[in-house]
Amino acid sequence: MELSGAEIVWECLIREGVDLVFGYPGGAILPTYDSLSSYPQIHHVLTRHEQGATHMADGYARATGKVGVAIATSGPGATNLVTGLATAMLDSSPVVCITGQVPTSVIGHNAFQEADITGVTLPITKHNYLVTSVEELAFSIREAFYIARSGRPGPVLIDLPKDVQTARTEFHYPTDEIRLPGYRPVPMALEEEVDRARTLIRSAERPVILAGRGVLLSGAVDELREFAERTETPVGLTLLGKGCFPEDHPLCLGMMGMHGTGEANHAVQESDLLLAFGMRFDDRVTGNLATYAPKARKIHIDIDPSEIDKNVEVEVGIAGDLKETLAELLDGLDPIDHGDWIQRIRRWRDESGERELLNQVLQSPVLKAAEVVHDLWTLTGGRAITVTDVGQHQMWVAQYYAHSPEHALITSGGMGTMGFGLPGGIGAAMGRPDEEVWVVAGDGGFQMTMAELATAVQEKVKVNIALVNNGYLGMVRQWQELFYEKRYNETPMVSPDFCALAAAYGIPAARVTERSQIEDAVQRAQEHTDGPFLIEFVVEQHDVVFPMVPAGSDLHDMIRRPKPEVAQQKEI
Amino acid sequence: MQTRYTITALVENRPGVLNRVVSIFRRPGLNLDSLTVGRTDRPEVSRMTMVLEGTKADAQHVKRELNRLIHVITVEDMNGTPYVTRDLALIKVRATPKTKSEILQMCGHYRARIVDAAASSIVVEVVGEETEIEGLAGLLQPFGIIEMVRAGVVAMGRAENVLDTHCERSSWAEQRFSLEKAS
Repeated sequence: MELSGAEIVWECLIREGVDLVFGYPGGAILPTYDSLSSYPQIHHVLTRHEQGATHMADGYARATGKVGVAIATSGPGATNLVTGLATAMLDSSPVVCITGQVPTSVIGHNAFQEADITGVTLPITKHNYLVTSVEELAFSIREAFYIARSGRPGPVLIDLPKDVQTARTEFHYPTDEIRLPGYRPVPMALEEEVDRARTLIRSAERPVILAGRGVLLSGAVDELREFAERTETPVGLTLLGKGCFPEDHPLCLGMMGMHGTGEANHAVQESDLLLAFGMRFDDRVTGNLATYAPKARKIHIDIDPSEIDKNVEVEVGIAGDLKETLAELLDGLDPIDHGDWIQRIRRWRDESGERELLNQVLQSPVLKAAEVVHDLWTLTGGRAITVTDVGQHQMWVAQYYAHSPEHALITSGGMGTMGFGLPGGIGAAMGRPDEEVWVVAGDGGFQMTMAELATAVQEKVKVNIALVNNGYLGMVRQWQELFYEKRYNETPMVSPDFCALAAAYGIPAARVTERSQIEDAVQRAQEHTDGPFLIEFVVEQHDVVFPMVPAGSDLHDMIRRPKPEVAQQKEI
Repeated sequence: MQTRYTITALVENRPGVLNRVVSIFRRPGLNLDSLTVGRTDRPEVSRMTMVLEGTKADAQHVKRELNRLIHVITVEDMNGTPYVTRDLALIKVRATPKTKSEILQMCGHYRARIVDAAASSIVVEVVGEETEIEGLAGLLQPFGIIEMVRAGVVAMGRAENVLDTHCERSSWAEQRFSLEKAS
């Protein structure tokens, strides 16, 4: 059957299991959009900005585990994808972007709306393609999906010149097994390394597991739990690992790192064996590398061999699939107990409890963001998909919302992309329409991509938006308060009346200024099933996320919330 | 500590591969001291030799990131294994009837050949390790080097230290290769 390049695009997407794409049309991608009407199996979501399309595809991918697809035109359409691609790259999210390109005859001539997008995105994609002939197109698309979803997932871009979209060729979808000579997506763990790891585990007295997003990506949740329980090893979580281990489990330490719990960071620093599972020792997790876990030997298991020994040198590095490797590791590992170590961690945890904001009698009636997130957690039973933006509210969600594998946290961790929240949440909600989805965003990040409210309305996406408004770029303000002698340059922010703004889009909204109003507003949002609902939470302006390890400081060197006077402690 | 690292790689012979490889050096601001690329006995596989002046951490970074590239098949750090290297230089040097025989004598020590001779200059071709080429260039300096060009270092492991071009073939990769050549 002879088809045009444009038709081949859709034919291939359908064969890759795609039924939903996010995009924005324009001149160089018009042939592809023109043939869309022949493919009713594909639902196209018109975003309000191409960045929104990539974040939606990313949010969709993270919520479903499937590949998210974003489409844009050449030039500015393509360059607008850059932030979204970089976000997906750093968090290993499988996204395929298709961009229009000027005709092959004028590439390199600075034609209208021409940008060298394969050049621009080379370092922020797992791979990219410039398709120069229609005969290659089906191969490139199949390969792109394979690369995006296999091994350590990541974004792939396909640049498609206009004449390749209109050229015609006989269409066969290549079904041969894809084997690329330079790409081994899942390395085989070496048996002798697994043996060495087992020996270290048996002799450890103060082990700690560092669990990252790789646990979720490889589906190793059950193996992790079995491992932790059999070896009585406490589990610290990375931001993107939230959800991979039950947070109410006695062995769970909560999040590690810059805004991690006191017990997690102290345990890492005092540990004699770190077990890094599907994580990459990001600087936000380790603090100062020179003093990081100085007494610990280290075992690192990751599917990407380039992560082994990259930031932290390890005694045993195993490149392989985590689920399989953990199963192998467990085979031949008898129960071990670490009662003394657990006791010691309990004392750190109790001390954290004394400092905990929610255990204190607050002097000020002003609403705290921590209260908002905590109550959102209880009111949703912990069963909502939470998608955050970036900043203080993001850390409070990490600290006060307990996640589970089915409802893991969706957030821009590596890139820290402000503006991710709303479009990411729309993508997640469209991928899992039967789930309750909450976007939690600050007033700063929300205003970066709030144009996507119109997309949510047009698509009638049931997404709840918790807008935590403190009138500042809160996290930057916090750094200014702590490290720049309270010079609040360019962080106070004037915002629109968010409820009136929502009304302009036809979105129902509520404003909450006191804790007692939270339950009613959340219930109203939950009962509103026909499109988005926005709640503006007006919160304490000068709040600080504690604990905090200043950038580059030793991990145990945390700035803690002061302990309250005894009289102000709640009876617990 | 700055060391000279010689890194070789087999890569797919496709558009854009060089850009991807060089980008690994550019990103942290490393300077590629020498780079050669050429075909191997298999048309779909090219071989690169890269020389990096840098720290051990720089070399490790480069190897790690090169391995991540889809189009890079194998990466090998030659330091630490026995290997041979060759560079080739053409040196155009000022030569008068009086100095010519002295220049020829020096070239003899380095097994260099005269590939062009004119009234006031000659072009010398020298093949050898980088140090040999630099040695000859140093000797010719006083006569007046007019221009000099180097092909870049190529390296190969001795004996069993092999970068195997007969790596896995797949029907998928071969179809892709023939499609690209056709277009």
